[in-house]
Amino acid sequence: MRVHALTDLDAPVTEGDGFEAPFPDRTFARVLAGLPLDDLLALAHGAEPSAVGRALAREPSRRTMADVAALLSPAATERLEDLAAASRALTLSRFGRTMHLYAPLYLSNECLTTCGYCGFAKDLPVVRKTLTEQETLAEARHLVARGYRSLLLLTGEHQRLTGVPFLERHVRLLAPEVPSIALEVQVWTEAQYRRLVAAGCEGVVIYQETYDPERYLQVHLAGKKRDYRFRLLGPERAARAGARRVGIGALLGLHDDWRFEALAAAAHARHLMTTYWRTQVTVSVPRLRPSASGFQPRVEVGDRDLVQLVCALRLSLPDAGLVLSTREPAGLRDGLHRIGITHTSAGSHTEPGGYEHPGEAEGQFEIADHRPPAEVAASLRAMGYDPVWEDPSTPAGIERGLLPASRA
Amino acid sequence: MSASMDPLVIAGRSFSSRLIAGTGKFGSFDVMRRALEASGTEMVTVALRRVDLDATGGPDILRFIDPERYLLLPNTSGAVDAEEAVRLARLARAADMPPWVKLEVTPEPRYLLPDAVETLKAAETLVADGFTVLPYINADPILAKRLEEAGCATVMPLGSWIGSNKGLRTADAVGIIIEQAEVPVVVDAGLGAPSHAAACMEMGADAVLVNTAIAVAEDPPAMAGAFALGVDAGRRAFLAGRAAARDEAEASSPLTGFLDRLATSQSDPAVTEP
Repeated sequence: MRVHALTDLDAPVTEGDGFEAPFPDRTFARVLAGLPLDDLLALAHGAEPSAVGRALAREPSRRTMADVAALLSPAATERLEDLAAASRALTLSRFGRTMHLYAPLYLSNECLTTCGYCGFAKDLPVVRKTLTEQETLAEARHLVARGYRSLLLLTGEHQRLTGVPFLERHVRLLAPEVPSIALEVQVWTEAQYRRLVAAGCEGVVIYQETYDPERYLQVHLAGKKRDYRFRLLGPERAARAGARRVGIGALLGLHDDWRFEALAAAAHARHLMTTYWRTQVTVSVPRLRPSASGFQPRVEVGDRDLVQLVCALRLSLPDAGLVLSTREPAGLRDGLHRIGITHTSAGSHTEPGGYEHPGEAEGQFEIADHRPPAEVAASLRAMGYDPVWEDPSTPAGIERGLLPASRA
Repeated sequence: MSASMDPLVIAGRSFSSRLIAGTGKFGSFDVMRRALEASGTEMVTVALRRVDLDATGGPDILRFIDPERYLLLPNTSGAVDAEEAVRLARLARAADMPPWVKLEVTPEPRYLLPDAVETLKAAETLVADGFTVLPYINADPILAKRLEEAGCATVMPLGSWIGSNKGLRTADAVGIIIEQAEVPVVVDAGLGAPSHAAACMEMGADAVLVNTAIAVAEDPPAMAGAFALGVDAGRRAFLAGRAAARDEAEASSPLTGFLDRLATSQSDPAVTEP
């Protein structure tokens, strides 16, 4: 079903939504359709300073969506230092002085979808590559030698080349050596996610890109990814299939109003946390980066905006992991690490095979923080944070830390 | 009474400190090591999920915990059901850790509250398997008795949820657990200040476990020392027999004094009413 407006999302769940029976009756599609967005957006753009004060004073677990909107408002920008202090205190009490490190590992840039902003888009004349199993192992071992124990495997959207059998094979290949494996790939049905979880996949990351259905259709020009609703329900299919971690996010810069995206993402995270209470939820805050697509963001999401967004997400989602990638430059990342981020990457390559053979294939986007992982870890230590490489959430992952190959 | 004359005994092993320390959330392993030293603890719990014997990004946590000085208490943090918890405990033993386990079965990642049903199941299996089991539980007096019957070495009810620093919000239920327990009661989780630890000890808890409040303090070693003093003060108060608090002043002429007078008049009919 093509979704043109949020109200279209109120339709009941059908087989086409990819769930296994019994279908859930309350999905995020329905929640989003029912969200009083007009009121929330009015607040997000015009809250009074007193509303910001009330939102800040509220016990974190009691903050309402109206509080989230107030914290996103221009009036809250005026109190950015207060927001940051509250966000830091909450992050410290919930996550301690620790920062989880992960690395993206691109397995393929083959793609049958045309996303207007992506360097992997189908019709772009770029160097394509899909890693063989040997190449994947070599890339993973390169990262493990640098400390990483948590890898995020990524591909473009190619049903035949990088479908479920391909992913299953690569997850099983890495599982004996990598304690924690997550996937950021095309979206699947619940049954397909179940297969990937059984293969050893601990987490699933799905950015909605934009929560605005109309804008979504404008930037996703062709391919399976045009189905807004199927993607929107992806995180809950993964959670139902037993993924321990589910990551969401909007690609900031696609939509004119980052505050809208933030409200929708916060509501999405809250829905997932209450409905799928066993699942750890993370939220990413990626800003659009230059890529081979040549795509120009319609609006610039500024550095202050990004800081406010991180604070508002933390203050309204005290228990969510907040994820930052190397899209952002070093100075900004160091600052955000102290405010609310809990998961960060370092020394990333976005081209398949790029750790062992940099630059031989096209990357998804340009990274901005080029510091190697050891340097980012040293910077974290200097700020009083323990870089956490190892923190798997499955017994199989924990086993790899306790009984490494050399001892087994 | 000095600590050496009043040891904490768990499963036949004596500990001179009644403060058990956690090892999560510290800004560095070195700060953690100094905080452990300052706490005077003799029992240190480590999340198996954080152990990486082949670490390449930095040294493994176990290198910072002296096994001569502390009993290493592996915990099953991350286990979401009994089966996973049992598997993790067995892995720890296979990795040459002590056959002691702090049993944590926490199926949701936000408040990390313990699953009573799965905890009891895991405890039964692990006790049968020869482990010394210290289960983390909600402050549920019946569950505490069930775990005791299952052969657990302690029960560890929470004061409030992990990392909350809210203190002993479960005081009434913990009081019943202490009253009924025949194994040591360790208040675990949620203690945010030395005064919280002291309050637990004053009411008769045998020990407390503290992690976040120490790890996240501005000066973790100093806070660890403060907790040691809080635990000691509370224990001394308990042993000294704290006078019960009263809500009202005592009536100066007892309300039931007439009963004595009645008794006297019944035994001596010659005495007349005043």
